[in-house]
Formats: sequence, structure tokens, C-alpha cells
Amino acid sequence: MADNEMHLEFMSLSQNEAFARSTAGAFFTQLNPTLEQLTDVRTAISEAVTNAIIHGYTNKPGTIKLSAYIENGCCTFTVCDNGVGIDDIELARQPFYTSHPELERSGMGFTVMETFMDEVSVQSEIGRGTTITMKKNIVEKNTVENSGAKGNALGQNKTENITADTTTPEYDDEEAVNDQNILKEPQPQ
Amino acid sequence: MEITVTRKAHRVKAKLSGELDHHTAKEAREALDNLIGDETVMELVLDMSGVTFMDSSGLGVVLGRYRILCERGGRLLLSSTPPQIDRIFQMAGIYKVVDRA
Repeated sequence: MADNEMHLEFMSLSQNEAFARSTAGAFFTQLNPTLEQLTDVRTAISEAVTNAIIHGYTNKPGTIKLSAYIENGCCTFTVCDNGVGIDDIELARQPFYTSHPELERSGMGFTVMETFMDEVSVQSEIGRGTTITMKKNIVEKNTVENSGAKGNALGQNKTENITADTTTPEYDDEEAVNDQNILKEPQPQ
Repeated sequence: MEITVTRKAHRVKAKLSGELDHHTAKEAREALDNLIGDETVMELVLDMSGVTFMDSSGLGVVLGRYRILCERGGRLLLSSTPPQIDRIFQMAGIYKVVDRA
């Protein structure tokens, strides 16, 4: 059983994207993340919700369910819609692929999720909807030498809560997408 | 999303302020297209310093404007991009086609 959980339902309106990511971020702050980790979560949730609005419900009315569970320093988020479903999940997860090029979509939504979160899995059924499950771990590293603790998202500098190095990696332009630990396989049901 | 514009000859600088997501992308797109609709504009600098949030929808806006300018031999540059947003640009390899100002 989770240490804490929350559940939110909202209409598939684009103005709710900010609301959803803010809610997810607010819940996630319980784990005392760094600002970068918090932004990672907010961005990934924004991508998943946007996908549900544009692709799941094709901009028609629907309900999106956002849930989050905290357990053992890990937060698991699920974004669920009852929309059209994804025909080819592997294709959808390819960088730069979009089923709506006319909407000027970059096709990078899944890539962002997979880059910013520690695990991403997708379950989908045509005509029934899609659930995206994402996990973000907060790793606590106890150090003696490193007294230059990063400030966390709440603006507190705690030497006893130094997180794993989250320095932005240098991206080789030629391997901008491939040089990441991305594309976790969907978890078996 | 607010956009503040300055122009000098064929160069336009647009400072974006606020959040750039799917919801605000349409507004940003239309405003920027109004700017570069003038075909004498050959260079668009997007000042990202005021952007407080961006997801991949923002990438679409930037790449779309890049394509329009590129078609007429112009160019798009990005300036003052906050680190968290720059991560997304780097991840997408956008600096292969777009320069930093």
C-alpha cells in the first residue's frame, strides 16, 4: 500500500494542462525534490496530459484521470484516458513521430517523458483508451565531503538530503535522442 | 503568454514570457507568424528568458517558425534560454538547425 496517494479527474481541455502539472508537482514536493526533478515531473505530466487531449480524445470532450502514489522515495504517476487508444505503441514512442503533423506537433512527447522520468510504460487498447505510467525516484546520497548541497524545490538547503547528481548532461547533437536511457518496455499486466 | 517585440531592419527580436505548452502554443504561433509574415524579416531571435515552462509543444512552435524562415533564406536564433528549457532543446537536437544568439 502506498504511503500517500492522490487522484484527480478533469476535463480534456488544454487549459487544464497547467493545472494537472501543477497538481502533480505539488504532490511530488513531499519527496523533497530538487528544482530540476520537480521540473522533470511537471514536464512529463504535461506531455502525457497533452497526448490524452490531442490524441486520446482528438480534442473532443473527455475525462482524464491523474493519479500519483508515493512509496519508498518513489512517486508513480498514471495518466489515464478513455479515448481512441494507440494503434502502434512502439511507433508512437519513436522520436519525432506524430500522427498529427498538420498540428505542427514535434513528436517528442514520449521522448521527453522517457528522458525526464526513470520509468515509463504505456498500456493502450483501441477504442478503450490509454494509461501512461511514469515513475520518478528520489535518491538520497549521504556524503561527508559534499557540503555544497543543492537547494531543493522548496528553497531549502539541507546537507542531509543531497540528491543524486542531476547535472544536465552534454548532448551530442548527433546522438541527441539515442544517448539516453529511454524506452523502457511496457510492464506486463 | 506575452510577447515583446523589437525590430531593427530585417531582424526581429521577440521576447516570450510565460508558459509555452499546448494551450498557449496556438497564441504564440499566431503572434510569431504575424511578425514573420512580413517577408522583409530575415532573422527572428526568440528571447526565451521569460519562459517559465515549456514542453514539447514549444518545440513545435520553434521548429515551425524555423521552417517558415528557412524557406525564404532567413534564420531563427534562440537566446537566453533557461537551463531546464534548454535541456529540451538539446534533447531534440534543435541546435543542429537553430543557432544560439
